[in-house]
Formats: sequence, C-alpha cells, structure tokens
Amino acid sequence: MNHEKIEKNVGLLGVLTAVAISFGGLAEIVPLYFSGQVTEPAPGVEPYTALQLEGRDIYIREGCYTCHSQMIRPFRSETERYGHYSLAGESVYDRPFQFGSKRTGPDLARVGGRYSDEWHRLHLINPRDLVPESNMPGFPWLDERVLDGKITPKKMQTLRTLGVPYTDEQIAAATDEVAGRTEMQALIAYLQGLGIASKTWN
Amino acid sequence: MSTGWTLFIVIITAINVVGATWLMWASSRRAPGEKAPGAETTGHTWDGDLAEYNNPLPRWWLWLFYGSVVFSLAYLVLFPGLGSWKGTLGWTQEGQWQKEVEAAELAAAPMFERFSRMSFAELGADADAMRVARNLYANHCAMCHGSDARGAIGFPNLTNADWQWGGTEDAVYATIAYGRIGAMPPWGEVLGPDGVEEVVAYTLTLSGQQAPADLAAAGEARFQMICSACHGLDGKGMQVVGGPNLTDDVWIYGGGADMIRYAVLNGRQNQMPAQLDALGEQRVRLLTAYVLTLAPPQPAAEPAASPVESTADEGEAEATAGVAADAAE
Repeated sequence: MNHEKIEKNVGLLGVLTAVAISFGGLAEIVPLYFSGQVTEPAPGVEPYTALQLEGRDIYIREGCYTCHSQMIRPFRSETERYGHYSLAGESVYDRPFQFGSKRTGPDLARVGGRYSDEWHRLHLINPRDLVPESNMPGFPWLDERVLDGKITPKKMQTLRTLGVPYTDEQIAAATDEVAGRTEMQALIAYLQGLGIASKTWN
Repeated sequence: MSTGWTLFIVIITAINVVGATWLMWASSRRAPGEKAPGAETTGHTWDGDLAEYNNPLPRWWLWLFYGSVVFSLAYLVLFPGLGSWKGTLGWTQEGQWQKEVEAAELAAAPMFERFSRMSFAELGADADAMRVARNLYANHCAMCHGSDARGAIGFPNLTNADWQWGGTEDAVYATIAYGRIGAMPPWGEVLGPDGVEEVVAYTLTLSGQQAPADLAAAGEARFQMICSACHGLDGKGMQVVGGPNLTDDVWIYGGGADMIRYAVLNGRQNQMPAQLDALGEQRVRLLTAYVLTLAPPQPAAEPAASPVESTADEGEAEATAGVAADAAE
C-alpha cells in the first residue's frame, strides 16, 4: 500500500497535510484580498471618528462581541428584524472586524439610531431597568471613567498605516475630541454609528 | 473578479479535484507484489495474538468518495464557485434573499391590502391585524416601552390615558412614523440654587404633593415665567411641544422631589426614533392601531374618528384630547 510511505514519514505527512488544507484557503480566501468588493468602503461608509474609535476599543475590551454579532446574514428572518443584510464594504475600517459568531444578545450591525442616547446610557448601566427580561450584564463603571485621549492619535496613525484614510487634521484633533468624555459617551457614539451609512435598511 | 484571479481559482480547484481523484485511485489499487486483501497485517500484535489487517477501504466507501468528486463537478457547473463563473442556475445569495422576501410579501399582500382599507379603529378590532402588530411591537417597541407596554424610567407608559405628544390617531401615527425629540433644557444656572428649590416646591404642589408653602408660592411666578412655555400656565402640559402634564400622577422620570430637582437642574433629553423608514407606512399604521388599543377607551367626548376627519385642527383636537384624557384620570 502506497499510503504506508506517507504514514511512516512524519515530515512528508506534515508537508502533504499543509498542502492539502491550503488548497481551500488559496482558492477561497486569497483572491478576496484583492477584490474591491471587500476592500473598498461601501457608499457612505466613513472611518470612525476619534470618539467612536475609543468606543470601539471599549466594545472590544468589555467583550461585547462574545454575545453580540455584527453581521446580518441575507435571510429574510434576519433582515426583517435587524435591517438590510450586512455588506462586506461596511467593515473595511474594522480592524479587527466585529462580526462575532454568537448571539446571546441581538445583532448590532445596524443598531445605530435605533434607540436614543439616553436609552443606551440607562441600558448599559442596568439593562433590566429598561428590559426586565434581559440577561445582559450592567456596565455602570463606563459612566464614571473619563478618557484622556492621549493615545487616540497613535491608534489613528496605526490605522492609517493599515489604510484607513485619516487626515493629519483629524489625528491632530483626536485628543481634544476624546479628552474629558466618559467611556459611556464613547461607546454610545460608536454604537450610534453602526450600520447607518446605508439608508436602505428595511 | 479579474480573469487572472478566476484562472488562479480554476487551476487550484482543478488540481484539487484531479489530485484527490488520483489519490483515491492510486491508493486503492494493489501495487505489484502486494498481497491480496486479508493476507497482510500491519505487523503489530496486541494482547499476544491480536493483529490488524492492512486492507484497502471497502469498495462502497471508495465509491462514495468518487461520488463526491462527481458532485463537486456538477456543483461547480451549476453554482458560482469558479471565480467570475456565474453558474448555469444563476444563483446568488442576494437573489435567494430577494426571492424569499418577495414570496413573503406576496403572501402577505392580500392581508396588508385589506388592512390598508381599514380605519385605525377597525384595525384595532381585527384579530389578524393585531396579531401582526403585537409581533411588530415586540420586535421594535418593547425595548423601550417594555413588553407589557408599561414603559420604564424615561420611556412613557402606553397603557394609561396620558399622552405626552397627543393621543389622537394622527398624533400617535406621527410619533411612531417620524419620531419625537423630548428636550428639556437645564435650568440650574438660570434659576440659581434658591430658584430651583422654589420651582421644585411649586411643581410638587401641582400634583398635590407636600411642599413648603412659602417656597411653592415663590416658585409659582418662576414657573409661569419659564416652565409654562412647555408645561402650560396651569402645568397641564402642552402636547404640541411634548411638554408633560405635571398635575397628575403620571411621571416619565419619576415625580419625587429628587427626580424633579434633577430635571430642573440638568434638563432631560430623550428621543423616540422614527420608524417609517424601517417599517414602512403599513406597519406603522398597524402599530398605531395597536398602541391605541393599549390605552383605556377614550371618553365619549373623543369618538374614534376616521383619519380623514381628524386631520382638521390637529393642534386643537390634540389639546382637547389631552384635557379630556386628564379629566378621565
């Protein structure tokens, strides 16, 4: 049996395994790096403002993605509830993207404008004040912690290196935009900007 | 997708399919000099006499693998898998979603057509309409107004007769469709510490609560000068600008001295988001009818008018409705 040669030679087995599992990735993933559909922003999609960027980092820090996805799949059951399905070009400035893979809470890809700022504030402090059935934890400390915005310009510069078109003016003004705001305000600014670029959500 | 990348995908896929087929074919045939199935063992022995035959895959299993190769070829012809090749079926993710949506809309069209000919009062009495509306409410409204529609701090209770922006059909429709922005400015700096206490005291007396009489008396003038612009001279509110009635026991943010003081000092900002773009006119009409059924029946002075009739003198009709609702309370 020929397979004996492969099975009794660990090096060869490793190389051939790598080749075998690379095929899918080479054909399915690599061409996407060079496809405009997934690398260019969808119409109306803008880079995050400095405050939204800080809010996004708080979203990641607090692990929101472990319960909330940001990916509306093209199924009627989802678009009826959350709005128009997500487009690849809506996540081009997300590094890393926040698609998520689990929905304990609802999808947030188009939560922007759905609720008032005040709703988000009260809901983040104690979700059960507004939704008694909710099992989301409260994040009351966000309303107390104040941002200084010192490293916000650095974050924006790093993102610019990766291709996000921040201007020098935006980066220079970043600290002032963020300093003195609470983490709550930053997170709400981020949430209220999610998925609102396309007006066609239905 | 460019021709180059299409070629890249086609070549890799072809190598994969051909390679997998060759691997199955090559490893399943017996090499020259190889012993017949059932003759050769792997050479290991366990428990003294247990050995393992080195047999090829059962034929039926092997044919399943060949079957999967045939399946993949058919799939790559029918569906878009090879770069810019669209597939002979013309299937797309968006197209499937579009079809799903169109089928659902077609199925619901007669129902919505029937709803569109009904008045809000008729919709409210229609079991089908209210079943749809309840689902819409649970999905789009319950987050703020509560699954029992009793609201929460900062979000109005919909089950009482008190309407911040008016309880007529048109007013409720406008609230849902276009949203509302409730903004009370902060008055702490204008009134000063004493002024705030006076206004708080007077506001407490408006709803029959206890407050020091001298403070309340001093607060009345300040209330008339500042607060009455939105809350009315009598404190009964102005639905045209969304100024809540302060003389009843219905409070959006709470009616104790502390909560009133907070509101006077810091103001209150909240917003009802517009739903028309998201839901469309038909669904907003259903929700309007549903919300109207949640409130206790309107007093006889405000009969359930058809939408056409009630468009006249909207402001006045709302004001009347507000007063009537207050009287009912």
